Amino acid sequence: MDRPLANLRSAAGLPTGRLAIWWVLGSEIVIFGGLLAAYVMHRIGHPEWQYQAAVTNMWIGAFNTFVLLSSSLSAVLAHREAELGNGKKAARLLGLTIAGGGVFLCVKAVEWTMEIKHGFTITSNTFWSFYYTAAGLHALHVIAGMACMAVVAVAAAKGRDLHRVELVGIYWHFVDVVWIFLFPLLYIAK
Amino acid sequence: MSEHAEHGHEEHHEVHPVKHYTKIYWVLLALLIVSIAGPEIAPHVGHEHLARAIVLITAFGIAVVKAFMVCKNFMHLNVQRRYVLYMLGMMLAFVIMFFSAVAPDVMKHEGQNWSNESAKAAVERGMAAGEVVHHEGGHDAGHGETSHEGGH
Repeated sequence: MDRPLANLRSAAGLPTGRLAIWWVLGSEIVIFGGLLAAYVMHRIGHPEWQYQAAVTNMWIGAFNTFVLLSSSLSAVLAHREAELGNGKKAARLLGLTIAGGGVFLCVKAVEWTMEIKHGFTITSNTFWSFYYTAAGLHALHVIAGMACMAVVAVAAAKGRDLHRVELVGIYWHFVDVVWIFLFPLLYIAK
Repeated sequence: MSEHAEHGHEEHHEVHPVKHYTKIYWVLLALLIVSIAGPEIAPHVGHEHLARAIVLITAFGIAVVKAFMVCKNFMHLNVQRRYVLYMLGMMLAFVIMFFSAVAPDVMKHEGQNWSNESAKAAVERGMAAGEVVHHEGGHDAGHGETSHEGGH
């Protein structure tokens, strides 16, 4: 096939598609890192936030961590199947990963509804501004990952562009890593 | 798939068996349980500094371990080209630089020649409101109107 696929070029010593995803993640580190660093310094400077942090439900956060870790497992197994050339299996596992993302978002929606009903909105105070901004930005990344994964899964089911399974998997694991840090910051540190 | 096989992986790292990944997954779940159990146990140890150390180690220390395991075993960062690590490390260094430069002004509310009165007032207001709700409503600190105070 003579398509100008990113994986056919490797001027930098690795396929261009993979180089691109690492660059994306590099910029994501600055975005999420900056946000979390700002949160940490404010949290330390404002001990009164403990009363706001006490409201967040650790068990909901823990369940969502479990869901994301599980979806990361299915994403890496999809990558494994793609490496072995099993497009259909890879697509099924990507479907499972998307389902994990769906569960995560549903739980988040229920959680936010409860909090907003109790009067804790993004404008309540700075703690809640950080809370909704960080968790919301992360949720947007989950949605973006699910959309990309759906496109990749459709192609993979037909045995096409299997290298993309790895790329979308790397992105998904990064989203998981961000949540691994958000969980203790927003749900455990009371 | 042929491009994938031919060009996709210059490093040609081995394809691990499913068991390898499930083992990592179970370790991650075990670490998740520890990160929940630690902060739950900490308030009952009776020593403030020890309790804080337990929370820091079990919640944040284990988060670092979990992130490392995901990066190494799921993202296969350990078999990528060296410069990928340098690139990501450089981004982390930028974040640390940002934190180091800004944190002193945000975490402290006064210094030798300056004082952030509005931040101090916000802390006082928030602590007072929080104490009231805490004494009135027990653990359910956030569900009263007064608890919305305390930002800055």
